[in-house]
Amino acid sequence: MTEDILALIKGNVIQGRVTQDDEGFDEGVVGQPGVSELTEKALARGIGLRDIINKGLTEGMDIVGQKFEAKEYYIPDMLASAEAVGAAMEILEPHLAKSGIKSKGKIIVATVEGDLHDIGKNIVSILLRGAGYMVKDLGNDVSPQTIVAAVIEEKPQFVGLSALLTSTMIHMRDTIQALTASGLRDKVKIIIGGAAVSEKFAQSIGADGYGADGFQAVRVTESLSSSKENKGGDHG
Amino acid sequence: MARQGIVVEPYQRLKPEQVEQIHRASLSILTDPGVVCFNRSTAEIFGDHGAEVLSIQQGGAACWLLKIPEKVLTDAVQAAPKVVKLGARDENNCLILDGQEPRVYFASGSEANNWLDVDIETFVSKRNPGIEVEFPVFRVEKGTVDRLARAAHLCEHLDSWDSFLRPVNIQDDDITDDNKDVNKFFASLNNTTKHVMSGLTELGQLSNVVRMSQIIAGGEDRLRENPIISFITCMVKSPLQLVDDTTQKAIEIAKIGIPLVISSSPQGGSTAPIREEGMVAQINAELLVGIALTQLVNKGTPVLYGSVPGRASMVDLYDSYGVPEFSQYNIDCVQMARYYGLPCYSTGGISDVRVPGIQASVERLFSHILVTLAGPQYIHYAFGLLERTNTFCPVQAVLDDVHIGMVKRFIRQPMVTADSISESLEQIRRVMGTSHKLYVRFVRSALRSGEIAPPYPFEGEGKDMVDETLFRARERMEEILSLPPSHIAGQVVDKVFQEVPGLLTRLRDS
Repeated sequence: MTEDILALIKGNVIQGRVTQDDEGFDEGVVGQPGVSELTEKALARGIGLRDIINKGLTEGMDIVGQKFEAKEYYIPDMLASAEAVGAAMEILEPHLAKSGIKSKGKIIVATVEGDLHDIGKNIVSILLRGAGYMVKDLGNDVSPQTIVAAVIEEKPQFVGLSALLTSTMIHMRDTIQALTASGLRDKVKIIIGGAAVSEKFAQSIGADGYGADGFQAVRVTESLSSSKENKGGDHG
Repeated sequence: MARQGIVVEPYQRLKPEQVEQIHRASLSILTDPGVVCFNRSTAEIFGDHGAEVLSIQQGGAACWLLKIPEKVLTDAVQAAPKVVKLGARDENNCLILDGQEPRVYFASGSEANNWLDVDIETFVSKRNPGIEVEFPVFRVEKGTVDRLARAAHLCEHLDSWDSFLRPVNIQDDDITDDNKDVNKFFASLNNTTKHVMSGLTELGQLSNVVRMSQIIAGGEDRLRENPIISFITCMVKSPLQLVDDTTQKAIEIAKIGIPLVISSSPQGGSTAPIREEGMVAQINAELLVGIALTQLVNKGTPVLYGSVPGRASMVDLYDSYGVPEFSQYNIDCVQMARYYGLPCYSTGGISDVRVPGIQASVERLFSHILVTLAGPQYIHYAFGLLERTNTFCPVQAVLDDVHIGMVKRFIRQPMVTADSISESLEQIRRVMGTSHKLYVRFVRSALRSGEIAPPYPFEGEGKDMVDETLFRARERMEEILSLPPSHIAGQVVDKVFQEVPGLLTRLRDS
């Protein structure tokens, strides 16, 4: 029975179904439990968190990644699956905290002050959740002070900043300076992205990483996660 | 089953009263100044049916001036079938051309002398010899029967290419006027299961081509039910002259009852007035005479209204197909054909430039979109033609196939229903309940069902800042040509070779 539920979670991740109302690729699946309902069911059955994450969510997402690489899946498919994993991780989050199992890390994301564009940031959030990160989305038009306060409150390992406009990208620098002034710069890795910015700009303002698109943002986060320099998360 | 084509909501460039005015103008032209006819049989046929026939001399040749009364013409044109079936070796590939239904099919065309191959070569920067970049280079070859077969093979596998109208002129050393027809039809029929259309080079070969087609179709009756071939006859030399040779071919083909395109291709500014009303009135008159002739010869002959109006280039007086007037003329002609209820063989998708690229894409897309919007039943010249119509490029044909597919999507009718609106409202409500507010997940079923356009298949990665479109299209062409051709069954080929003289033995397996 355990294996059946895990296989269903995996299958529904592959189909990108968050809830029972979602369609997948197969006919007649609407009304059948999606990843959210199945995750709740797995918890109710006492299935271990590690198994749910590893054998259900991660294995499913690995296959989605392979299909994407093989050009069998398009970006909408990848996002749908990532969204399903993200929804499951949200359900699991309180249980993880209690069990002492560490997540891959927490990341605060925000579109910087003066900028209302959040599509890119939202896509990155979905993909990061799908990759197993806890994401705290602060929204758009977020001031440096709000981000500083959130870092103190949430104690993330990463801060992701987004800007679409050339007129607002400068507030990424302001945010980094505010984190530095608050003594928090060494506690987090900062990754930036958005149509206006570049790798060169990221370096010039002292960011730790740059994601040209959502997928690169996840790769950069993974790479910074494994970096020995990462001291994020202890927050003194 | 027939091919689907694309049904359009026709764009009406001319108002109904303007269509009527042009119709009246065409009738007026046919009585004054009338039509010069170099074919004796045609003069006699029209004379027997009430036309005024005056014997005249023109350029030292005996000819006749036909003044055709309205009733003679309209009665004959009304006898023409309003629906014409163009059959195919695979009957699922047949085309139903209904003069009252704006269902558009796309075909190749011309009989280009040149075949343009695309090679990829590596170039070294003179300024910085360390930089090597790949670019396409173009190689002009002559049309051959082998290349015609390759074009037919390509047609077989390209979704938007509905009918194979021979795009290259076969110029092999062993091809003569006496064996050209059988070989071009055989090379085409043996490599595509779609409808094959061509002109007839030599009237004496008509019976051989028909016999070959009967064998391949499965007999005389089967060919009548499923006409796997059709002919084009450009019997008009604009302005308003019926040439002897092609007019006689039209008469003989009409007697047999094989589908026939009556085409005319005047040039606005040289062989027709440049203003559209004059151009269209003239070409319409020319086509009505030809169509009437087919019906006077054999009432009920399946015939297409073959409008190929062009505009003269003001640089050299050659045809110019990239100009806006080209599309305007063609759209007007589609409306005229619809006025008579006749299936329209129209023209679109050619460019004036010699090689694929920006100019070629822009020029051909204008007419691909606009002429398709007018709703002709059959658009010829739609694949691979460059340098006016002198060059056929198979890589360009691969590009055209994709671009026509995009045009068809663009023109597709909206499918707004109460159910679809409900589904959209449900989506909007669900997405507004999420934090990310993205509709991306709802794209998936539409992407897979074909409801929305797939990504452009020839987009490159921008390596070395070079446009890779031609590289990708060339790869696709090679991929298709490596597939096994859909040849005619061996025993049928044996019978064709036994009964039809003039076939090149090397064509048995190509």
